[in-house]
Amino acid sequence: MTLLAVRDLSLRIGPTPILSDVTFDIATGEVFGLVGESGSGKSMTALALMGLLPGTARTEGQAHFGDIDLLAQDDAAMTRLRGRDVGMIFQEPMTALNPMKTIGDQVAETLLIHRAASRADARRVAREKLERVGLPPDRFPLSLYPHELSGGQRQRVAIAMAIALRPRLLIADEPTTALDVTTQAQILDLLQGLVRDEGLALLLITHDLAVVAGMARHVAVMQHGRIVETGPVERIFRAPGKDYTRQLLAASDHRPARKPQMPTSNPQALLSVDNAVREYVLPRPSAFAAHPRLRAVDGVSLAIRPGESLGLVGESGCGKSTLTRAILGLDALQGGTIRLGGAPVIAGRSMSPTLRARVQAVFQDPYGSFNPRHRVDRLVAEPFHLIGLPPDAEDRIAAALEEVGLSAADRHKYIHEFSGGQRQRIAIARALIIRPDLIVLDEAVSALDVRVRAQVLDLLARLQESHGLAYLFISHDLSVVRAVTDRVLVMQSGRIVEAGETARVFASPEHPYTRRLIAAAPTIPDAWKEHAHAD
Amino acid sequence: MTRYLFRRTLSLALSLLAASLVIFLAIEIVPGDPASYMLGLNASPETVAALRDQLGLNAAPPARYLSWVGGMMRGDFGISYTYRVPVADLVAQRLQVSLPLALFALALSALVAFPAGLLAAARRGRATDTAIMGATQLGIALPNFWFAMLLVLVFALHWRIFPAGGFPGWDGGIGAGLAALTLPAIALALPQAAILARVLRSALIETEGQDYIRTARAKGLTRTQTLIRHALRNAMIPVLTILGMQFSFLLAGAIIIENVFYLPGLGRLIFQAITQRDLIVVESVVMILVFAVILVTFLVDLAYALVDPRLRRRA
Repeated sequence: MTLLAVRDLSLRIGPTPILSDVTFDIATGEVFGLVGESGSGKSMTALALMGLLPGTARTEGQAHFGDIDLLAQDDAAMTRLRGRDVGMIFQEPMTALNPMKTIGDQVAETLLIHRAASRADARRVAREKLERVGLPPDRFPLSLYPHELSGGQRQRVAIAMAIALRPRLLIADEPTTALDVTTQAQILDLLQGLVRDEGLALLLITHDLAVVAGMARHVAVMQHGRIVETGPVERIFRAPGKDYTRQLLAASDHRPARKPQMPTSNPQALLSVDNAVREYVLPRPSAFAAHPRLRAVDGVSLAIRPGESLGLVGESGCGKSTLTRAILGLDALQGGTIRLGGAPVIAGRSMSPTLRARVQAVFQDPYGSFNPRHRVDRLVAEPFHLIGLPPDAEDRIAAALEEVGLSAADRHKYIHEFSGGQRQRIAIARALIIRPDLIVLDEAVSALDVRVRAQVLDLLARLQESHGLAYLFISHDLSVVRAVTDRVLVMQSGRIVEAGETARVFASPEHPYTRRLIAAAPTIPDAWKEHAHAD
Repeated sequence: MTRYLFRRTLSLALSLLAASLVIFLAIEIVPGDPASYMLGLNASPETVAALRDQLGLNAAPPARYLSWVGGMMRGDFGISYTYRVPVADLVAQRLQVSLPLALFALALSALVAFPAGLLAAARRGRATDTAIMGATQLGIALPNFWFAMLLVLVFALHWRIFPAGGFPGWDGGIGAGLAALTLPAIALALPQAAILARVLRSALIETEGQDYIRTARAKGLTRTQTLIRHALRNAMIPVLTILGMQFSFLLAGAIIIENVFYLPGLGRLIFQAITQRDLIVVESVVMILVFAVILVTFLVDLAYALVDPRLRRRA
């Protein structure tokens, strides 16, 4: 039975068209996936259904939900519907809850605002719903504040809020994108359980095709505000009818062509980390207690050979970033040594600029890692302060930009004139310009859409081969690490729990944590892929 | 929470110590003899010597500092040179005017600013918002003494509802005292209310862009409900900061208004003490004002923790 029938939904904000003729059906109790790249209109579709668009937005078309048209309701009517008949959860659990109110109050508010229960009943229901989403009241009392919970736990609270009144439709907009892979698996499990037990329908919006493959019955693929293709998930994945869908599927598990570096080819280590230890002092639990210490990096040893790609995977808080900062010479260690080409890496001024010039870094956020007031030539030339400005700086800037697939003329532009993928290319040009031996790629492709990510991975593989670069590839995304590294290290709670050749580790993981990570990562079934690639 | 309180208290004590040192150094150590400064150019050397002795200026600076601070801790602020009465009594008398006046003005300011700021934020971009913002712009631009004179003309001379000036004291009943303070409090509150309303409006609007407001809307709250139930408390931190600063200012900064209304407040006391070169009063009153400001800051810090659970983490 159809629960929601969206017909020819079009949306403009001011003069700009955002959505055109979006049409799809969601049946009662099914999971419907809405996938597409950033800016394709997925979230706008959801906000249009919720009536939460900005004031200047104009919609056309219908969205039949039972016997009412969601798009024809005024705000007062939508207010009654929201939270009662349609619930919604969002991407960023860290900021989705009011920091000033307890989780109990926030869940109970859904009931109170709809006058569905007395104050005491609302708290009882809040307790039940929190328990239902995996936050039992003996460990997670209603009096907790959001800052006392982790990201995954906060997302559970948000889900409890959204399902408190047993809505018939739950809209989840990238609900697990900000979460670690094991937490993601738990949240997806929870959502699936709710669909099964409570009979609600789930509109699951995501950029991750693998998530849809594991969860949804039907899927719609969006591009530029239109639905390119829609149908049963398996059929679409096995035999995509449109080029765009095919491109997305191919890009989502793209493996750049690269020559694997064999361990024997060059035994001399370029970078060696020996028994590194870094502790942080935490605030005292009480006025007279000693400061507790957090060992963020706990006796880590690793080596990278010239020209090698080493992957470092682990969940947030495992110590990846702390280790990276130490390797870049930004943060001092309390124990152990880091050597680069035999010379010690030390944080502070005592490390020579020429040594620093041998390692460069590319970071995750293509928007935050450039000064918006500098032109591209100045941004790309920044590392020259380590080795002095060469006489042919201008030529080298042009060459670096061309190497990453941009044009030499781009050096006169400002960073806001580029897309996320182009910015990440500029970041790579900046790292490349002083010909380092090692580039640390800290979640460097995590913020990119799949097709752009595939292009950047290809670029990285090409540059590695032509310049003999070594990469330290840090990521939470196992599929990317699997595709581009020779060896991989798995980090948990500050320690390396497993190390080995990438193919071996993924094929037969030895440590239980590695096994858990690999099992939790959503994948598209292999049986579906063969057909897609045969096309 | 205990730790937060402990650290705030420690910082309060340290600030007071630093302030007392700066005031002492500024007045006593810098070149020039306080006694001859207080007596003027024509004083005979004997008179100066007598005053130096009376002020205890012959002792070494560290000893003088300790005796000054020690005296203040016992409530002994010295004897005013011009009034010949203990400074503590003078200040206590003036505080009977200044403290109620400051609180009165602050209450009026909050009473006007909260509804105005909320309404402007709720009707953002519409006529009501524009009108309120225009009014606050005017409130900030108008000099408060001019507004005070206007108030006197209308409410004291024309309608004769409130007295035009002077202060009858609290002995004649609370009503008469409050009536005397009403016009000055309104004159003081106007620019403060205007600033506070603008701060509240912009804090609310910034908070409205947060993700949790969208979450609240998705739960079925109306815009007004999200504003009051979710945005207001999150917007309180900047508002509390401004309120604290305004109170400190009102306590001693009301000097022009005190002059317009002939009120015997702290501002006038310190102004007179400076013109009469009564350094003993100046030194002590400044110290008391510093204490008041630091105490208010301390209270504002505590209020932050009451508003924001993240500041009272139990660890």
